[in-house]
Amino acid sequence: MTDASPAGPSASKPAAKNKYDYTNGPPPLSINMAWCKACNICIALCPKQVFEPDRDGKPIQARAEDCNQCTICWVHCPDLAITSNYK
Amino acid sequence: MATAVKQRSDVILDYIRPRKKFPSVWCAGCGNGIVMSALIRAIEKAGYSKDGIAMLSGIGCSSRMPIYFDVSALHTTHGRALGFATGVKFARPELKVIVITGDGDALAIGGNHFIHACRRNIDITAILLNNYIYGMTGGQGSPTTPSEAFSTTTPYGNVEKHFEPCDLAAAAGATFVGRTTVYHAPQMEKLLGDAMAHRGFSLVEVVSNCHTYFGRLNRQGDAVSMINHFKEQSVPVAKSRKMSPEELEGKIVTGKLHEVDKTEFCDEYQRVVDAVQGRN
Repeated sequence: MTDASPAGPSASKPAAKNKYDYTNGPPPLSINMAWCKACNICIALCPKQVFEPDRDGKPIQARAEDCNQCTICWVHCPDLAITSNYK
Repeated sequence: MATAVKQRSDVILDYIRPRKKFPSVWCAGCGNGIVMSALIRAIEKAGYSKDGIAMLSGIGCSSRMPIYFDVSALHTTHGRALGFATGVKFARPELKVIVITGDGDALAIGGNHFIHACRRNIDITAILLNNYIYGMTGGQGSPTTPSEAFSTTTPYGNVEKHFEPCDLAAAAGATFVGRTTVYHAPQMEKLLGDAMAHRGFSLVEVVSNCHTYFGRLNRQGDAVSMINHFKEQSVPVAKSRKMSPEELEGKIVTGKLHEVDKTEFCDEYQRVVDAVQGRN
C-alpha cells in the first residue's frame, strides 16, 4: 500500500468507519481561501458536519476524519474553491 | 506526498482562466457558480475540446459566466445572444454553441429571439438561469417574477402572471427542454450533458437563487435557506405526472420535460443547398 493512496474497502484496516483513511495522505479536501467568499453553503450542506467556520466564516476542516467523499461540498461550491484530494 | 494523481474535482481548473478574473464577480453564495462548475464537468465528461466550443451570452449576472471559461467566448448585446448564436452556428456548423442567458435576457429583452431560435430548431444549447428577478440592475421585477412576489418595482406584490420558460420553449418548437435547480447539481450535470448531446435546440432552465434581492425582499433568507427551499419545492417529473394541478402549485418540476426528434435547421439548409446545386 502506497503512502497516499485512499484506503478502499479491502484495506488492511477494517475497523475504519470511513471509506477513506486520511492518516497517511493529504487532508480530504483542498480549500482555496483566496477564492472562498464565506457563503456558508458547504458548511450547511455537509451531511457529516466536517467543516467549522473560522472567524471570517470560511470553512476549515475541523472533523476531516468524518469526510466520506460524498462530493456535495465541491459540487455546490459557487466559487470553485473546494477540490477533493481523493475524488 | 503531494497529490500527483489528478482528481476528478480538479477538472474545473482546466476549463477556466484562473489567473484572469477570480474570485468571480458574483455575490457570495450565488447559484451561477454552481451552474458553472456543473457545466464544466458536463463538458469534460462529454469530451468536447476547448476549441470546439463557442460560448455566448447577453447581459446580466448569469451572462458574466463565459468570461471565466477558457473557450471561444462572445459577450453580446442585451437579449441578442441567441441571435448572435444563430449566426455563429450557421457560419461554423461544426462548433458546439452554448448560450448562457438569464430570465430577463432571454424572456423580456430577447423574447423574440428566444421563440424564433426555438422555432428554427437550430443546434444550440441554451442554459437559462432563472433567478426570478433582475439581479444586476437592482432587483426589478422580471417576466418570471411570480405573482404576488416582491421586487423593487413591485413593492406591493407582483400583479402580473409570470412566464414558464420551459412551456414557452416547448410550445415554440424546441426539441429538448429540461428544468433543474442549483440544489440538484449532479442532476444538472447530467441534464446539461444530455442537452449538449441532443441535436436541435435544447433549453435547460436552472432555477437559481438571488438571495441578495429576491431572497431579501421575499423573506427567503440567505443562500443556504433558498437552496434548501428549492430542495423542498422540487418534484421529479415522473412523480409530477401523478399529481393534480392544485398539488403542483408553486412546485418546481425537475428533470427532462420534453424531447422530440425534428430536422435540424443547419441540416435542412444544407439539404436545400445540395439540391439547388444539383449534388444529389
